[in-house]
Amino acid sequence: MTLLGQFALWAAFALGLWCVLLSFSGRWQGRPDLSASVVRSIYAISGCLLVASLALWKGLISHDFNMEYVAAYTSRNLPNAYIFSAFWAGQKGSLLFWAVVLSLFASAAQLLTSRRFAYLMPYVAGVTAAVITFFVSVMIFAADPFERLAFTPADGRGLNPQLQNVGMIIHPPMLYLGYISLTIPFAFAMAALLSRRLDTGWIHAMRKWTLVSWLFLAIGITLGMWWAYVELGWGGYWAWDPVENASLLPWLTMTAFLHSVMIQEKRGMLKRWNFSLVIGTFLLSIFGTFITRSGVIASVHSFTQSNVGYFFLAFLVIVAVLSFTLLYTRWDLLEADVRLESVVSREAAFLFNNLLLVGIAFSVLWGTLFPILSELVRGTKITVGVPFFNRVNVPLGLLLLGLTGVGPLIAWRKASTANLQRQFIAPVISGLITLGALLAVGVRDFYATVALSLAGFVAGTIVQEFYRGVRARRRMHGESIPLAFGRLIGRNRRRYGGYIVHVAVLIYFVAFAGMAFKREQEATLKPGDSVEMTSPFGHRYRFTHMGISQYEALNRIVSAATVEVAKDGKSLGLMTSEKRQHVDSFKRPTFEPSTEVGIRSNLQEDVYIVYAGSVDGTEEAVYRFNINPLVWWVWFGGFVLALGGVLTMWPGGGPTSSVSRQVQAGYEVTLVGAGKD
Amino acid sequence: MHRSPPALSRRHFLLLGVSSAAASLVGQPLAAAGLQAPQDSLSGRGAAGTLRDPSVVGRPRQPTAIRGDEAEIQAIEQRLACSCGCTLDVFTCRTTDFTCTYSPDLHREVLALRDEGKNAQEILDAFVSKYGEKALMAPKPEGVINLTGYLLPGALIAAAGAGLALFITRRKAAVAAVTASATPPLPMGAHVSAEELERLRRALADIED
Repeated sequence: MTLLGQFALWAAFALGLWCVLLSFSGRWQGRPDLSASVVRSIYAISGCLLVASLALWKGLISHDFNMEYVAAYTSRNLPNAYIFSAFWAGQKGSLLFWAVVLSLFASAAQLLTSRRFAYLMPYVAGVTAAVITFFVSVMIFAADPFERLAFTPADGRGLNPQLQNVGMIIHPPMLYLGYISLTIPFAFAMAALLSRRLDTGWIHAMRKWTLVSWLFLAIGITLGMWWAYVELGWGGYWAWDPVENASLLPWLTMTAFLHSVMIQEKRGMLKRWNFSLVIGTFLLSIFGTFITRSGVIASVHSFTQSNVGYFFLAFLVIVAVLSFTLLYTRWDLLEADVRLESVVSREAAFLFNNLLLVGIAFSVLWGTLFPILSELVRGTKITVGVPFFNRVNVPLGLLLLGLTGVGPLIAWRKASTANLQRQFIAPVISGLITLGALLAVGVRDFYATVALSLAGFVAGTIVQEFYRGVRARRRMHGESIPLAFGRLIGRNRRRYGGYIVHVAVLIYFVAFAGMAFKREQEATLKPGDSVEMTSPFGHRYRFTHMGISQYEALNRIVSAATVEVAKDGKSLGLMTSEKRQHVDSFKRPTFEPSTEVGIRSNLQEDVYIVYAGSVDGTEEAVYRFNINPLVWWVWFGGFVLALGGVLTMWPGGGPTSSVSRQVQAGYEVTLVGAGKD
Repeated sequence: MHRSPPALSRRHFLLLGVSSAAASLVGQPLAAAGLQAPQDSLSGRGAAGTLRDPSVVGRPRQPTAIRGDEAEIQAIEQRLACSCGCTLDVFTCRTTDFTCTYSPDLHREVLALRDEGKNAQEILDAFVSKYGEKALMAPKPEGVINLTGYLLPGALIAAAGAGLALFITRRKAAVAAVTASATPPLPMGAHVSAEELERLRRALADIED
């Protein structure tokens, strides 16, 4: 199987080179046979990489411990689900996963893109093939997933306990799908630049791909937060870890693109900026991969250090130079059709929104790299942790939240004073009522108060948008409220799907603000001892340590600490937090013991219990108890965001098809083309 | 007909042999090899309050000190970075990562400094002088480099925003001139065909979409 896998990798490599050389030589132009060959090569690469993937899975499932990868990431007693997910648990397997998924995306792009954009497709094939070939070359020359050992161990090392969580079966693939699919919009952008077809065609051709990438990244990031919360045991879901930051960066710039591309479609502006955003987003995805795999920055998420980091660094530099050089050579062809007319316009609001999103991305990148820069300049090592990121990014995030509410309220082109008054009055009142309510109940944390008040303002904006839309439909069509609401969304999926995403964003911010009020307490308890805590919502919790039981499970020895929890004098039942010592099939310990936290969640707050250890081998246990407010809303926000994203990209629904849209110069829409009919 | 299982199956016999050999090799008792029925050490059973296998719950812990200034200690430790490479602060690490040997020691140092009568800032300064600036979760906002770290993103965004606003305002005059020279709008009451109105309706729908 390893021979087959290696052969498949080499075949994919050769096909990739063929596809790249043919695409960029331009010889396919005017030669339908060569053009077809370029596209068919992509399908063939997909086939080769699927064969390689099946070969790796076969090795994992059959416990072929002579394969270094299988021995390093599985053991005989590893549950089947984790044997399956071990495919992407390690450096080498995840590279293969990346390559095969990218090849499938590249094939899907060839199959699903309308024939109207056929002039772009060989270039798209060439760019995607170049990226795939890079990943395959890393595997062939630096990280071979089919490497054999000189001996065959009786059992493997097993999977890192922190990866033995259902979140790790779905979180990494989701994040990878986001990262990987960013290659497709990049390929379309490069294809447009190479072909000099710089109208909005490439944007229409790749619109769905940008939404798919953005959605996968968003879901992956939220699932990553959930995994960190339930598995790492430190009591939160976001620690500004470099790898977390690396996943956030392309999401931020892609979010900026999703807004600015609307201006290009409607007004023919920001063409250069949009190309830059697509290129930058792709580069950030490669940068994130470099950070994760190079070991250049310490992170709990990093893969084992290896020399693949150099490959990614070189690739990053080459792609940056080539793509920005290409953009520079087409600079003059990307002149805007019209100019911005007023600072008080929706276009300007979108521009400021872009500025903030890209600024936050820069800020996160800056903070991530600042320890390295500081050491280079001053020769002093520093730690850049949560307090730094919060101090720098929370104000920017709040500004962005405010703009989320402002953007939809301002008219395109230029807003009049009367228009502003009419649009802003209800949302501003909503924000002020929220502020008053917060002050009345005694909330004094500055940032949390501002965040929640702004959330009230944004909620007012969104409700007003839906209210006016429904009212207009009722007037025009005489529909009932539910029907008008449903049709309003169904007929304007992009716009109202976007508003649903805005709802998700404000839910996120409210939930994040809640963590400013978290309570945590450490306690050492003997069986029967209790400790009490008061939650931010005023509930009185009593935690009584019941004892510790030890037992064996499939691939671990479990020490479960049990706590009886009472809320306001009423028993909520028992909660357990565990220490797990994972063992191989010979019962040999494989990793350091890991923690499983106990969590009880409701709409208000989470009770979060960590069994931190035992005193001198007795049942006297050291605990950390957390009361984390509003955490449930983070996961619900993720669900709403996914819902809005899917709605936005769902096909059909609009009053006119997207392809019939033309770039319009200002509002001279009435008679454009009138004389040509 | 019900057939009772054999006292010891071949598979179990093989497993017993392999496990015995493995256990003797790694020096673990047979009980830990999992061939005995799982035992429970709940309170009131077995050895009073003693874990059956303390080795599987990580490093032994010390009882948490009960102090009046617990919240203050927690706040100080949340500003100090653990040196184990976890990227967490001392408080979070020592209450989460029970395998870490650094954070408990750092905690003891904090308590010792506190007991010497030092306030929060003096304790942080003592850590910086002993371990360097990396002992802090965030660099001090002082000195050119650190201040650049804190202020650069915000300053760049503010400068870009101001530049953008200025740029748009200056463009405004140019756009006004272009608009003035453009085709004048149709006079009120001019004849507009149904086809043109339909085109207008579609175009406006596009804009609003």
